[in-house]
Amino acid sequence: MSTQTLSPAYVRSDMLPAAAPPHRQEGAISWLRDNLFSGWFNSLLTLLGLAIIWSLVSHFWPWFAHSVWNANSLAECRQIIAEKWGDGANGACFAVIRVRWHQYIFGFYPRAEYWRPILTMGLLFVAIAPVLFSVNASIRRWVLAGAGLLCMVLLAVTASPDWSVVLVWLLFAAALLLAEYAPGRLLIVTVFYPVLAVWLLWGGSPWYPFMLLMGFAVGYGVSALVPRGMSAATGIVVTVLWWVFRAAPVAGLVTQILPLSLPAIQSSVFGGFLLSVVIGVSAIALSLPLGILLALARQSNMFIIYSLAVVFIEFIRGVPLITLLFVALVLLKYFLPPGTNFDLILRVIIMVTLFAAAYMAEVIRGGLAALPRGQYEAADSLGLNYWQAQRLIILPQALKISIPGIVGTFIGVFKDTTLVGLINLYDPLKGISDVVRSEFAWKGIYWEPFIFTGTIFFVICFSMSRYSMYLERRLSREHR
Amino acid sequence: MKTTVFLGAAAATALMAGAGFAAEGDTLAQVKARGELLCGVNPGLVGFASPDANGNWSGFDVAVCKAVAAAVLGDASKVKYIPLTGQTRFTGLASGEVDVLPRNSTWTFSRDTDLKLDFIGVNYYDGQGFLVPKSLGVSSAKELDGATICIQTGTTTELNLADYFKANNMAYQPVNIDSNAEGEQQYLAGACDAYTTDASGLAATRAAFANPADHVILPEIISKEPLGPAVRHGDNNWADIVRWTLYALIAAEEYGVTSANLEELSKSSQNPEVQRLLGSTDNLGQMMGLDADWAKRAIMASGNYGEIFAATIGEQTPIGLARGLNAQWTQGGLMYAMPFR
Repeated sequence: MSTQTLSPAYVRSDMLPAAAPPHRQEGAISWLRDNLFSGWFNSLLTLLGLAIIWSLVSHFWPWFAHSVWNANSLAECRQIIAEKWGDGANGACFAVIRVRWHQYIFGFYPRAEYWRPILTMGLLFVAIAPVLFSVNASIRRWVLAGAGLLCMVLLAVTASPDWSVVLVWLLFAAALLLAEYAPGRLLIVTVFYPVLAVWLLWGGSPWYPFMLLMGFAVGYGVSALVPRGMSAATGIVVTVLWWVFRAAPVAGLVTQILPLSLPAIQSSVFGGFLLSVVIGVSAIALSLPLGILLALARQSNMFIIYSLAVVFIEFIRGVPLITLLFVALVLLKYFLPPGTNFDLILRVIIMVTLFAAAYMAEVIRGGLAALPRGQYEAADSLGLNYWQAQRLIILPQALKISIPGIVGTFIGVFKDTTLVGLINLYDPLKGISDVVRSEFAWKGIYWEPFIFTGTIFFVICFSMSRYSMYLERRLSREHR
Repeated sequence: MKTTVFLGAAAATALMAGAGFAAEGDTLAQVKARGELLCGVNPGLVGFASPDANGNWSGFDVAVCKAVAAAVLGDASKVKYIPLTGQTRFTGLASGEVDVLPRNSTWTFSRDTDLKLDFIGVNYYDGQGFLVPKSLGVSSAKELDGATICIQTGTTTELNLADYFKANNMAYQPVNIDSNAEGEQQYLAGACDAYTTDASGLAATRAAFANPADHVILPEIISKEPLGPAVRHGDNNWADIVRWTLYALIAAEEYGVTSANLEELSKSSQNPEVQRLLGSTDNLGQMMGLDADWAKRAIMASGNYGEIFAATIGEQTPIGLARGLNAQWTQGGLMYAMPFR
């Protein structure tokens, strides 16, 4: 009965190597047949697509190929093109970008101070790296190195002072070292980044924005001292009281002790992508927490909170952004006392933030609604209170579900910042282009600025979109 | 945050009840306290207002800003130029975003009365014209019956066009455009047979084309477009200051006072009118809250009216506008400064 010991001669003891597929199933021809010509209808569509691509390329290619990068006026461009390619030839005049690119990026920001927005942008990457790339050290390294390199290139082309280059070298060396050995410490930069950014961009004394940030610390400190139950409310009240009554005098005092100051820059000189990014990044960073609170409020059982959230969200979503911007520009001025100089960019940031927060709230509400009821009940059965349940169980899942929607809203907000061109700010798309065209040398230029600004917008928005896909992959737990 | 917003709105309402409108008050005092003149300009009109690669503004309208700043603050560079679009210009002035609005705006009845603006004078007499390609074979606007016409929305030109075609019993197809740049593109791409806007704008547009000779500006001028600086209704002293600063520039040309001979004339001129203008004898500036040298500084800023015209839009510039209606009244034009007395 010992069948195991039998070893029949026809059983193989080793695997055969995989044979090559049949000749007709591999190679370029097979791929073409499978993907492009798998039937008469698909073949027709393929040919049609090729024809469209060909007509587009043959139409636009000469225009690109005849580009002129070195000229001082549109007339000079035309002359160069006519000399080189004959009369009647069409060509792009990208020389306008070469001459005016700094206005597309920085608006009317003083040229000697270009290092400040550049450094602010570099620090932005240092600040977001520990938050957005907290897990993967190699991606963090590449992002930081890339940002540092970008800063160096920008400093070089704007002919910034040598010491600013050294400063950026040192900063990024320190950031890279920290990112390698103590990535958690980078969060310090994240916390102080808003103060640093405001100080670098607008100049003056850093202590006033710093004291505004300190308000949170003071509020938190006081709330830790009072008994539970009252602590949150006390903290908020103390924070607001600090902002209203103590921030300015304390800032004044510290300024006298430590007079740290940069030349002050007026908001009216902000323009181009500097303006778009300042408004976009602020609105993005502020609208996410605000949107989460609004979404939670809309799910709340408390009648007043629920009603306020519904009214706010539906009102804001029912009004076009441009209307809110006009309110920021014109109406607010009527409501404020005479002589108040409430910064226009700040007004716009507030309006764009409120607008984005309303949309964000609905996106996150979708995520909350997608969670099975069992998750809420599981949190309750563990004895977690409301905030613990939200923080530990509900929001991590709801936010993960909402990532595509959240990033979609971010991208939308960033592109919407070009609307500020309609309320007397120099947005990169229309505002700066109008300025450039108003010099006679560039009057009549049309597509080249659109292509330039469009490319930069594409790079930024595409990066955001790729990041959201990376985040989704990293956070997916279902199919492990 | 949400409640903060409501609290903020409530606080703002309470403040408003006590404070009234931001825009009212003594503009001269506000400008002096601020140390800066807020000047509303067109963000991109060749020759009239244009910032260069370094952000320095120049142009025909900008010269008015500089002159007012020089007269009031003693420094022509103390101007903050606020770019205003066609839609936001009058609300911008009314809400106090700007102190003065030299933004090629046409002086019309309803703007002066209904919109509560005060036009303080005219610095450029413009008129609406038509630009057509030569190949269209049209030599008069009367032959444009049935044409498609590119027209900028929200301007007086839109209304003039309708009036003109109605009065001449002709039909047209409007192609609405948003900006001058878009209009040029549409016109060159053949989306419309004719492009209409102020004649000064047409001249600049035609001059910037690749082949200006292929296009003609039709002889008819179908409307009056007196362009002038506007201020808010109700602050008469400020209106006086802006008005007489403009007159000082015009009068300086009439009396032959230029930025070059200004210093010399203020000492040696025997003409009593010039002496009063330059503050050598009477102190006219004091009557409106300025010092005696106000007009001198205004003229120093970018020269007299004629010098400004020649430097920004005149025949020596690429735009190449002739003085025409904008010549002095002594030369057959309409520029006529009231007497300085």
